[in-house]
Amino acid sequence: MSAVTAEHGHDDHAHGPEKGWLRWIITTNHKDIGTLYLLFALAMFFVGGSMAMIIRAELFEPGMQFVDPKFFNSMTTMHALVMVFGAVMPAFVGLANWMIPMMIGAPDMALPRMNNMSFWMLVAGILLIASTLFMEGGAPAGGWTLYPPLVLQTGKALPFAIFAVHLLGVSSIMGAINIVATILNMRAPAMTLMKMPLFVWTWLITGFLLIAIMPVFAGSVTMLLTDKFFHTSFFDAAGGGDPVLYQHIFWFFGHPEVYVMILPTFGVASTIIPVFARKPLFGYSSMVYATASIAFLSFIVWAHHMFTVGLPISGELYFMYATMLIAIPTGVKVFNWTATMWKGAMTFETPMLFSISFVVLFTLGGFTGLMMSVAPVDFQYHDTYFIVAHFHYTLVPASVFILMAAGYYWMPKWTGHMYNEKIGQLHFWLSAISVNVLFFPQHFLGLAGMPRRIPDYAIQFADWNMVSSIGGFIFGASQLLFLWIVIDTIKGGTGEKVSDEVWEDAHKHGLEWTLPSPVPYHTFTTPPSVIPCDHG
Amino acid sequence: MKKTKQLFVGVMLATIGLQTAQADYTLNLMQGVTKVSNDIYDLHMLILWVCVFIGIAVFGTMFYSMYHHRKSRGHQAANFHENTTVEIIWTIIPTIILVAMAIPATKTMIELDNVQNSDMSIKVTGKQWYWDYDYLGTGVHFESHLDAASEKAHRDGSDPHTVPHYLLNVDNPLVVPVGKKIRFVFTAADVIHSWWVPDLGWKKDANPGFINEAWTQVDKAGTYRGQCTELCGRDHGFMPIVVIAMEQPDYEKWLASTLAKQEEKADLSDLSREQLMTKGSAVYMTNCVACHQIDGAGAPGDYPALRGSAKVNGGIDPLIGFLQAGTSKMPSFAKLKDNELAAVITYIRNAPELGNKVGDEIQPKAITPVYDDE
Repeated sequence: MSAVTAEHGHDDHAHGPEKGWLRWIITTNHKDIGTLYLLFALAMFFVGGSMAMIIRAELFEPGMQFVDPKFFNSMTTMHALVMVFGAVMPAFVGLANWMIPMMIGAPDMALPRMNNMSFWMLVAGILLIASTLFMEGGAPAGGWTLYPPLVLQTGKALPFAIFAVHLLGVSSIMGAINIVATILNMRAPAMTLMKMPLFVWTWLITGFLLIAIMPVFAGSVTMLLTDKFFHTSFFDAAGGGDPVLYQHIFWFFGHPEVYVMILPTFGVASTIIPVFARKPLFGYSSMVYATASIAFLSFIVWAHHMFTVGLPISGELYFMYATMLIAIPTGVKVFNWTATMWKGAMTFETPMLFSISFVVLFTLGGFTGLMMSVAPVDFQYHDTYFIVAHFHYTLVPASVFILMAAGYYWMPKWTGHMYNEKIGQLHFWLSAISVNVLFFPQHFLGLAGMPRRIPDYAIQFADWNMVSSIGGFIFGASQLLFLWIVIDTIKGGTGEKVSDEVWEDAHKHGLEWTLPSPVPYHTFTTPPSVIPCDHG
Repeated sequence: MKKTKQLFVGVMLATIGLQTAQADYTLNLMQGVTKVSNDIYDLHMLILWVCVFIGIAVFGTMFYSMYHHRKSRGHQAANFHENTTVEIIWTIIPTIILVAMAIPATKTMIELDNVQNSDMSIKVTGKQWYWDYDYLGTGVHFESHLDAASEKAHRDGSDPHTVPHYLLNVDNPLVVPVGKKIRFVFTAADVIHSWWVPDLGWKKDANPGFINEAWTQVDKAGTYRGQCTELCGRDHGFMPIVVIAMEQPDYEKWLASTLAKQEEKADLSDLSREQLMTKGSAVYMTNCVACHQIDGAGAPGDYPALRGSAKVNGGIDPLIGFLQAGTSKMPSFAKLKDNELAAVITYIRNAPELGNKVGDEIQPKAITPVYDDE
């Protein structure tokens, strides 16, 4: 470790960051770009969250109180697009940028200029899609899945939304290529594939998923564009097309896409839990194989989003069986995390708290996923609040909680300052309780018969909607604590001196903890020779 | 004040938890009134209990570990990190559970799919934003819109609690006989809709240009309510479904009377201004309000305003022709009877709430099939 610092000091060609604001525009440094991605994702988390607050306010009680039904539909659509493409995905790309080079002993990402470009295309894409809110006819209001024919009824916003999707897709593909190239080419010589931290493994697999699916999504929305403006009829029965074709193409993208948001989550959880259990990760190689299996299965289960669309019986049965299979590798992961904690010497700092609640609440989301994989029962669950509860459990207390855990876990390394543990734990408890008050009652609503994506509802749904909204407001407000913590930690945090390994014995778990805190601008200009690897 | 009270009640509910006034809420899936819906309910409960059991085992282990294996209790960390036997066991057991679940699920799926040997067929067409029912082979064919009371309440902000079956009531319910196997064929006129009545156990998408099939056999007379479950635009939340299951003789009576009413010629006698405006308002609330809105302002970018519109306030004959012909964006309203058309035209030209004041009356006799090329 001291060797690295010394190396850095003696390197004549090493230079620090550009002075002034231009640094953040032209930077090609993986750490700067990681910071940009993370801060942008945090900002979008609040933008998408504000939209969720509008939705929950309208649903607070029956009757139309605040917004027009069309605007409500725009809010559900934009909330999803902003959260998926603006918050969760960029946040994981940000983590990948920051951590992957440091975890594999590389000096930077393989393609630094493309790295810069993919970030700024993301910003352009999100700004473009946000601008549709101010266009004649409003923002897209057909749901984030953009199903035709409904989405073709969008006003002036349609071509802008489609071009935004193209930009976001290109940005994601470039980011994914960069990550895959970095992992495959830039590892320290001693860092063999089966020694890589699981976060790196999950991102390697996620990278391939992204490269495979984003062009499919771009293709499907391009067909929407030509149907609308160039008189093709891909999705119009009157011209020999089929609206259901779009759903097949979309979900061939869409199902792996939801795993893009969950696989890196698994990686972070597998990184954090062993550190605070003071025990090596249980079943490292089965974790790698389980991740790869889940990724493979994600390509052959797409029509379980379409059980009620009118599939032939053979299709219904095939997609039911294939979907059920996902429970097996997912179960292996949950068992492995539990076995990692078993007979450890656990402490419960904020990153660990968020990670444990991730395991529990993600499993709840997995259970409802298993329930919905059973096709005949999905004929009841489909498109109700039950599915809303399901995917929010897999996204909010899973992906988002793990992003919070990652923030708390690595922030001391990034900034060299310790966050305020008391406020961190307060943030955790408020979030963990309110997220359940927010989403758990939605299971009841769905089973009782409340469809999703409706701005107003029958009286029998009133009580649980009010409970859910109250949970939503508390959850939303609690996230301001996280914002405060981020700002506070950057400015100096508790003022306590942070050691290089930050967490007890963390250097046994990952290369990043052998570097100084805060990490210098350039690291591993020469590869490390010793790889900490406690998984056999 | 009302808000504060409700907020307070909500917070109380959230803290007290699930026990409170269970009678008012449905927590679980409804069993429904058909054999298939009951099979589905049983499957649902089976998987639910499997999940609860696994959940207790996994979370129980985890929480035991979190309590006993913590550093603050002085527990020393073990150093194991794999165990092939254990890993094989926890791969095989879930596989067996899944196979055990797949067998009854497959049976129910095949049963759901079997539309053979039905006693009657009803064609269901989803439209923005109402359902259109056609009893194939009987000549009975009608539209089913959100009922007037809910329509009014969600638009003018009156208290939904005062409306019976708020948003779950329609003007013309779908009536079916009990004990008969009824085959449904689904399609849509504009965008994708989805027809769902939870008590029947399933939903089915209505895709424009394509036909989907499903079937039901209701065993118990009663009224069953549902909603559109595929996002279909602005008023997706306002196109409910009501199914009334009747004993066979009652059903036949209903069928005959519906057919008779349907074939009745429109009454073309003159109406007073008041009669025209009342009838016109009702027709407007059923057929026009979804796009042109309760105040006639339309929706900028989507639907034109009637308020101050030159077409509405201009010549009568072009307006009649326009409504009968429709355009690529607006459906034809030739389906309205002459007295309804006359009333709604009088209404849109003169209603103070739409801001128009032409000052004329259009009588049913004035409606002749004039087509305008526009």
